[in-house]
Amino acid sequence: MAKIIVVTSGKGGVGKTTTSAAISSGIAMRGHKTVVIDFDIGLRNLDIIMNCERRVVYDFVNVINGEANLRQALIKDKRVENLYILPASQTRDKDALTVDGVERILNELAADGFEYIICDSPAGIEHGAFMAMYFADLAIVVANPEVSSVRDSDRILGILQSKSRRAEKGERVEECLLLTRYNPERVAKGEMLGVTDVEEILATKLLGVIPESETVLKASNQGIPVIHDTESPAGQAYSDAVGRLLGEEVEHRFMSVEQKGLFQRLFRRSA
Amino acid sequence: MPLLKSLDSKSSAVSAAFRLKGGLFPLTLLEIAHYNCAEFEQQLQSKAAEAPVFFQQTPVVLSFEEFNGDLNALPLSELVAICKANGLLPVALRNSNPELQAQAKLLDLAIMPVGRVKAAAEEQAPAVETKAPAAEPSAAETEQTTEFSHSPSRIVTTPIRSGQQVYAPGGDLIIMASVSAGAEVLADGNIHIYGALRGRALAGVRGDTSARIFCQSLEAELVSIAGNFKVDEDLRNNHWKAAVQASLDEQSLCITPLV
Repeated sequence: MAKIIVVTSGKGGVGKTTTSAAISSGIAMRGHKTVVIDFDIGLRNLDIIMNCERRVVYDFVNVINGEANLRQALIKDKRVENLYILPASQTRDKDALTVDGVERILNELAADGFEYIICDSPAGIEHGAFMAMYFADLAIVVANPEVSSVRDSDRILGILQSKSRRAEKGERVEECLLLTRYNPERVAKGEMLGVTDVEEILATKLLGVIPESETVLKASNQGIPVIHDTESPAGQAYSDAVGRLLGEEVEHRFMSVEQKGLFQRLFRRSA
Repeated sequence: MPLLKSLDSKSSAVSAAFRLKGGLFPLTLLEIAHYNCAEFEQQLQSKAAEAPVFFQQTPVVLSFEEFNGDLNALPLSELVAICKANGLLPVALRNSNPELQAQAKLLDLAIMPVGRVKAAAEEQAPAVETKAPAAEPSAAETEQTTEFSHSPSRIVTTPIRSGQQVYAPGGDLIIMASVSAGAEVLADGNIHIYGALRGRALAGVRGDTSARIFCQSLEAELVSIAGNFKVDEDLRNNHWKAAVQASLDEQSLCITPLV
């Protein structure tokens, strides 16, 4: 049985697509057959982050409309075995997604042997976001340590537990929080919300904390999911998060200001 | 500007005869499916016999969303008279039919907008159902009225998220988690929150002035008892983030620490 994971946030620009790319790559690197679906119809970005924008021929909407089959639309990742990308359509809008259409494709993917289906949600709480979350078994709620992002995440969690298919059946969607762009130094100065503040407000399980890092932007621009950068704290933090997602006990890192050692101070090596 | 001045002096000298206050009162919808004078009266009487507590000049909104028949030919004054004779007090009409609206105006009924209420109810309904299937999401149909005399408490174990609204009709609301900013909890009775209250809490929404609100940490946007409310700014000054209870003392809202 495939596990359907939605990566959502409510607010835009917090790192949903970066997270979808990193998490799906991470799961596939551990040997699970994984597909990542871009639900952001009309504003597709996942293909760029995954560096497959030139290989898009058919897309998600084509498959829903029966203009292509899944096999034609799925793009095999060049870096990781077992990873496939289902890109969004750039020329349509969110209304192209229907509950029946999405369900049919998820079922086809599950029947095809995919173990994990990652749904990259668009921002907002409208139709596109709703379609991405409706069938989810687990939700990764991405938030930045700032008040407006946390408020929006709270709203999304409420919608998730009341409007998704699991909620309609009287079950709960498993939820977890991924805090991105975390800067322990700014937290220490009181300029940013701390992990405990956010955890307290959202009252949900913490999947991981991704430190703010230049490597994330660089990775996005180069089309290499940041999890491949095993040197960078952000890549390592994503790798830890994937471990936790798959049930491993991994201690949280990168949450406090690191005392710079003599060597680090000498070489001023910045992450 | 002499006019303004005189107005000013007047208002400071004479105490205000009234003030307008916001209030949120749940109303029962009387959803009428079809109308026949004798049949309607007979059914209403048997309903009143089942739940006499409810039929004591209870205000209702007349709704014809699911009406089967010709609305133009409906004798509204007769229907209202039957309601009044059986302990229901129609206060408003919710329908867009111009003929009905004209009749309603003659009968001094208020006209309520159509649709909005239904949409709001739909949004909150699923959340409500997953948590406590036994509790009623809203006083929408007359069939639920029998439940009212039980005064059931409603227990919610999950956090109330921003944008969610939870209402306990006819009883207490007990929340065993936090109420987020942007969320709203309402009860006809008391509200107990075993977590932080960061959103809005309105107890005694049907006018019960003895209702109270209890919470583990007061960080609320608004606290109201029977329509008397305090907002964030007034609350911040004392017992902020403390475990408190809110109660009504001579029409003013008091916040006192628990323990």
